[in-house]
Amino acid sequence: MLAGMNVVVCVKQIPDPAQPGALDPSTNTLKRDGKLILDESDSYGVEMALQLVDAAGGGEVSLVSMAPNAEMSGLRTALAMGAAKGVLVSDPSLQGADALTTAKVLAKAVERTGSFDLVIAATESTDGYTGTVPEQLAELLGLPSVTFAKKVTAAGGSLQVERQTEDGYDEVTCPLPAVVSVTAGVVEPRYPSFKGIMAAKSKPVDTVTAADLGVAGTSWEQQIVSVTAAEARAAGEVVEDDGEGFAKVVAYLENLKVI
Amino acid sequence: MAISSVWVYAEVVSGAPTSGTLELLTKARSLGGSVAAFVPGDVAGAAAALGAYGAAKVFATGDLGGKLPGPAVSAAMKAVIDGGESPDLIMFPTTYGARDAMSRLSVKLDRTVLTNNVEVAVDGDAVTVTTPIFGGNTLVTTKFSGAGPYLASFRPKSFAAEEGGAAAGEVVAAAVPDTGATGTAVVTAVHVEESSGPKLDEADVVVSGGRGLGEAAKFEMVEQLAKLLKGAPGASRAIVDAGWVPYSYQVGQTGKVVKPTVYIAAGISGATQHMVGMKGSKNIIAINKDKEAPIFSIADLGIVGDVHKVLPKLIEALQGR
Repeated sequence: MLAGMNVVVCVKQIPDPAQPGALDPSTNTLKRDGKLILDESDSYGVEMALQLVDAAGGGEVSLVSMAPNAEMSGLRTALAMGAAKGVLVSDPSLQGADALTTAKVLAKAVERTGSFDLVIAATESTDGYTGTVPEQLAELLGLPSVTFAKKVTAAGGSLQVERQTEDGYDEVTCPLPAVVSVTAGVVEPRYPSFKGIMAAKSKPVDTVTAADLGVAGTSWEQQIVSVTAAEARAAGEVVEDDGEGFAKVVAYLENLKVI
Repeated sequence: MAISSVWVYAEVVSGAPTSGTLELLTKARSLGGSVAAFVPGDVAGAAAALGAYGAAKVFATGDLGGKLPGPAVSAAMKAVIDGGESPDLIMFPTTYGARDAMSRLSVKLDRTVLTNNVEVAVDGDAVTVTTPIFGGNTLVTTKFSGAGPYLASFRPKSFAAEEGGAAAGEVVAAAVPDTGATGTAVVTAVHVEESSGPKLDEADVVVSGGRGLGEAAKFEMVEQLAKLLKGAPGASRAIVDAGWVPYSYQVGQTGKVVKPTVYIAAGISGATQHMVGMKGSKNIIAINKDKEAPIFSIADLGIVGDVHKVLPKLIEALQGR
C-alpha cells in the first residue's frame, strides 16, 4: 500500500491564446517571445494531481516544464495552486523542438524530480497540439499509460480510469507507476489563493539545460518548407433578428431543398 | 528513387474498415509505392474491403484481448520492421488508438512524428505533409528529413475514399511481442453512448449548440431542431467540458470533423478549436447574439439574435410543415 503518492505534472507555458498566434518568419516556429501563461489545459492536470495526493494522504506534486528564456510565470501559477516544486528546462537549442525531443527532455526532467508514482499531462497543448508527448513520455519511461482520461481514481497501487473513445468511454485499470493524459473538464481547477500566490514565490524551481539532463543531439528530422495562406471562406449575409430571423433560415433551407 | 512502400494503420469496427481507414488507403494508393494495411486487432473478414481500397497486403495483430493499442500495436509494427519489411511512410488516422500507437512507435524507432495533417505529397525522395494552423487560415508544409519510416497522422475527411485496388489483400499475422510493464493497462468495460438518428460525422445536416444556450436543459432545442431536419446534434467544446452533453457530441479540433451540406451553429461564438472541425461544411448558418462573434466571418447566413428567441420560432415553423 502506498504511503502517500508523488505525482509529476507536465505543464506548458504558452503565449496567451486570446492573442492571435504568429510564426517567426526567420524560423517558421511559433512566436513565443512575449509573456507566457500556464496552458489552461494543464490546470486540469495540476488540480487532478493535487486531489490524488490529498486522497492518498501524503506525497507531493512536482512540475516539469520546458520554456525559452527561463520563463516561469506559468509555472508559478501552478505552484500557487499547490504544487511543491518544479524542474524547468530552458535551453535555446530546444527552440522549435519536435514532440519526440520534447518528450525525451521531459522524461529526464521527470526522473530529476525524484521518485514518482504517476505522471500527468494534458492530452495536447493549446498552441502546438501535436498530441503525442504523453504517450512518447510513457514509452521513454518504460511505463504503461492511459491517454484521454476523463475520470481518474487511485487505489491499491493502481488507477481506475474512464478513457474517452470515439463512441463512448472505456473503463481501464492501470498499475502504477504510470502516465496519464487528462482531458479538459476532468476536474474543476482551483483558483490560487492569495496565500498560495505568496508561497509560490519561494517554492524551489530547478532550472536546467538539455545538457544538464544528458539529452544529446537536440536536432529533429523535420523541416518546414512552406507557409501559405489557406483559401479564405467568405462571409455571407448577416442580418439582425427583428423577430423574423427564423424565416430567413427557413427560406435558406428551402432554397437548398433540405426541407 | 520514389518511395516504395506505404503502410496504413487500418481500423476495423464490426467487421468493416472505418471510413478514415478507407480515406487513407485511397490516398496511399496514389503515392506510387506498394500499399499495406496494418490492422490493430482481428481482420474479421475485412481483408476484401481493405484490398478493394488498395491494400495488397494486410498485417493483423489479432485480437488484443483488452490491451490498449498503443504499446501492443507499436511493438507489433516494430517487430515487422525489424524483420526487414520496413515501409517508407506510415499513415495513421486521428483516433485515440492510432495516436497512441504512433507515439510509442516514434520512440521505438527514434523517428519524429507529424500530426493533424490534411495532405501528403511525394516528390522523388522527399515526403511532405501539410497541416492547417491558426484555425485553418495558414497551411504549413513540412518535409521529413533523415531516414524513414516517416510517421504522420491525418485529420478525418482529408481525402475522399474511392475503390480502385485489386483483390483481397494477403493477410499476414503480426503477433504482439511481450510489451512488459508498458502493456499492463487493460480495458475492463466498454461503454457506448448511443444516439438515435444519423451519425454526427456522416449526417447531411448538423445542428450544434454552444455556451450561448445558457444552460444544459436548453440543448433540447438543438436536438429537436436536428431531428426535424433529419440531422445530428453536435456541440462546442465549451459545453462538453461543462458536462452538458457527452464528448461524442463534440465538433472541433479535439472532437469530430464534420462536412455536412448544412451546419447550423446555435449560440456558438466560433473559437478556433471549433471552426477547425466544421469550416469544411458546404453551407453554414450561425445564430448568435454577439454580432462580433468570429463564427459570422465564415457563415453563409448569419442571424444576429438570441437563440432563445430564434430557435423556438424556427422549430415551430418547421413543425408546421
